[in-house]
Amino acid sequence: MSDHAATPMTGDHAVDIDKHVRIYITVFVALMVLTVVTVTVSRFHLPVPIAVTVALIVAIIKGSLVACYFMHLISEKKLIYAVLALTGAFFIALMVLPVVTVHDGFWIH
Amino acid sequence: MEIPYTVAIRRDTGLTNGKIGIWLFLASEVMLFGALFASYILIRTGAPSWPRGDTMLNVPLATVNTIVLISSSVTMVMAWASLMRGRFETFRIYMGLTILCGLAFLVIKYFEYSAHFHEGALPSTNNFLAIYFTLTGLHGLHVMGGMAVNAYFWGPGAKLWKTNPTWFTNRVENAGLFWHFVDLVWIFLFPTLYLL
Amino acid sequence: MSDPGTVAAHPSHAAHEAHHEELGFWRKYVFSTDHKVIGIQYAVTGLLFLLFGFSLMMLMRWNLAYPGAAIPWLGAILGDSRMPGGTMLPEFYNELGAMHGTIMVFLGVVPLAVGGFGNFVLPLQIGAPDMAFPRINMLSYWCLFLGGITMLASFVIPAGGAAQSGWTSYVPLSDIAGSGQTWWLVGMIFLITSSLLGALNFITTTIQLRAKGLTFMRFPFFVWAQFVTAFLLLLAFPPLEAAGVMQLMDRVAGTSFFLPSGLVVSGQALTNAGGGNPLLWQHLFWFLAHPEVYVLILPAMGIVAEIIANNTRKPLWGYRSMVYSLVFLGFMSFIVWAHHMFMTGMGTAMAAFFQTTTMIISIPSVVILTSLMISLWGASMRFNTPMLFALAFLPMFGIGGLTGLPLGLNITDIPLHDTYYVIAHFHYVVAPGTIFGLMAGIYYWYPKATGRRMNETLGKIHFTGSLICMNIIFMPMFIMGLAGVSRRLADGGASYDFAQPVLHWNVWSSWGAWTLGLFQLPFIFNFFWSIWNGEKVGENPWEATTIEWSAPSPPPHGNFIGAPEAYRGPYEYSVPGAPKDFWPQFEA
Repeated sequence: MSDHAATPMTGDHAVDIDKHVRIYITVFVALMVLTVVTVTVSRFHLPVPIAVTVALIVAIIKGSLVACYFMHLISEKKLIYAVLALTGAFFIALMVLPVVTVHDGFWIH
Repeated sequence: MEIPYTVAIRRDTGLTNGKIGIWLFLASEVMLFGALFASYILIRTGAPSWPRGDTMLNVPLATVNTIVLISSSVTMVMAWASLMRGRFETFRIYMGLTILCGLAFLVIKYFEYSAHFHEGALPSTNNFLAIYFTLTGLHGLHVMGGMAVNAYFWGPGAKLWKTNPTWFTNRVENAGLFWHFVDLVWIFLFPTLYLL
Repeated sequence: MSDPGTVAAHPSHAAHEAHHEELGFWRKYVFSTDHKVIGIQYAVTGLLFLLFGFSLMMLMRWNLAYPGAAIPWLGAILGDSRMPGGTMLPEFYNELGAMHGTIMVFLGVVPLAVGGFGNFVLPLQIGAPDMAFPRINMLSYWCLFLGGITMLASFVIPAGGAAQSGWTSYVPLSDIAGSGQTWWLVGMIFLITSSLLGALNFITTTIQLRAKGLTFMRFPFFVWAQFVTAFLLLLAFPPLEAAGVMQLMDRVAGTSFFLPSGLVVSGQALTNAGGGNPLLWQHLFWFLAHPEVYVLILPAMGIVAEIIANNTRKPLWGYRSMVYSLVFLGFMSFIVWAHHMFMTGMGTAMAAFFQTTTMIISIPSVVILTSLMISLWGASMRFNTPMLFALAFLPMFGIGGLTGLPLGLNITDIPLHDTYYVIAHFHYVVAPGTIFGLMAGIYYWYPKATGRRMNETLGKIHFTGSLICMNIIFMPMFIMGLAGVSRRLADGGASYDFAQPVLHWNVWSSWGAWTLGLFQLPFIFNFFWSIWNGEKVGENPWEATTIEWSAPSPPPHGNFIGAPEAYRGPYEYSVPGAPKDFWPQFEA
């Protein structure tokens, strides 16, 4: 039994949902295209630093699309942005500091 | 006793408790997978040589899996959108599709893993495989977890729609956030392991 | 002057109570979703593990004071695999050491400080009916419980005993250690899950369920402390969870994440693939473990701040700076960790980086401690047991903090790393530091939780004995460390010539430890005796200003009769012209 939701939700109404759905389809197509791009580029066997850079850029674009539109981050509240910004800062520290520290030092395998 | 802001939003934050809770949980998951990615970077940059992904792994199969997961993200968000439009039966279809996509992902992974084990490519063989199995294994566990939650909302949990449709919609949205995150991790995992 | 304990009948919440009464014994007291019950479960569990972890150390201290001396009756109980003929095997000493550290940190202090005090006090202090996610709260306790059972079981089930590779589980030793280490890893996964679930609950609750009028800058300092601590747990624990999974893979699936190539153990070359990096474990471990030490101290600072404000009858001095310092400290704690790794072959650039961030992080610590000390100036001091513990915290934490400075500076860390100096430093912050803060909190909030006071005389005996013994135990360890005695030596340094002149200090520390154990007996007795025989109290026996003191003692399910509101800051004591020497936050 379907029930039209009478109570207010997160601010969206039926009209907005239609707009959102159109965005979801667009994002889906974009993600498919970018998947094809990243796989195709990998077939060229570019030198590792370039390959990594390209792959990372494509992944970040894809990830941002999922985050911004599927996860609605583009219209989220400040609190969520603040939590994610903090997480992002520590994420970068975790990515960068260990490898830089090990390679600044002396470690024989 | 009623906990405030479970269903309605708190005005100064504009959020429900569940929305904050799931984002906090996802923040911790970013750090979890982040640690594994950091380990990958450390191990790979310290290794004398490192095999290219396509020499060790099945890229076509994983590309299919990428398409499967991205599609499942679309069906997931459509499931939520259906609830927002008040269409419960459409929700069930989309949620069902999401679960099936998850199943497809796991089945393909099963074939990938079996092929590796069959040819003696084990986690203990070398560090490439070690990090591959660990990263995809942990990701796979998250896929299973997400599927379990989604199955709950498709099945027994769906009766909440009758008594509190707003709450049900919010919970499906939050489950969707987790599912999208699982997709997001794969979007980075796939090129890292398979294409580089 | 406190009101006599009259809790009037409140029809509006009787309905809630009635529904709650319908729950059977198991749902009400064991599998409860009420934050107060869960808080008490956490606190009691934490206290029991503190006692157990302390007992492990009391046994270690026997071998440190009298290396090789036998305890025949204990040898008979523990068997030849641990104490043949009653003399302690070094492997057993290592087991005791690794589990003492693990249990005290993860099963003792954190469950009590965060799970216990956080769960019980936080919702009450912000005027909330419960936590935002009561069922997740319950789940987080039972995860802790399972983790605790796993850790305890690891002593008896696996052959070869519990983990023996230090609480730090450094690789490659922990990779190749006996199966007790696998139990440790599984236990840690339960404990980490418990903390993650708790952390997201605390953060959501603090932001969403605070009372009307309770803005962030009107929060009691305790609330801020728990809030920042929750972020540390949420974001720092997952990398250790990942590392734990990788160590499990190394141990169980034969991977070489942490095993370098060409490793030879007892003359035999290992057959694993190699190519791993032991430093990877250290980075991931310390990424958690440094913020973890702030998890250990922040709740205690929060408790001490509440008790000082209450017993000086003055607002805290520098509340705003304390809050900013707390937030800054929390942030910095994520980028200092490699000061635990100065001796790993780090280059000068990164050593300089971590040394710098470490020096910077000492600033907010000093701001907080100094503000608490300045808060005492001009006070109308009440010297009850909570206040005695809170006052003692200040110099004890001061010593602990100051002695950390040479460890944070690369050059002075070189001779001090892995010596008894380090043990002295961190025990000063955690033992007469945090644990004193937690004791203060128990004496302070016991009346709220039980409706009765603890006995003051027993409290003062507990305090005096503990303070003296703590210093007897740990002060000499600075001397031993400066003399170069390494930590984790089963005989306390007895086999080294250079250590001979300082060995006698081991005897002092051991007798100090055993006496400290004796002085906990009045506390344990008091804790239970007062449940039935303590002086009954009303809502606000300490004449305090924060919202928890407006609820009945103990509070019913749902906590408050009607939603509380905050009308002013948290420490309006001795306001000029006011009729009483305190103006509660919750009074209109």
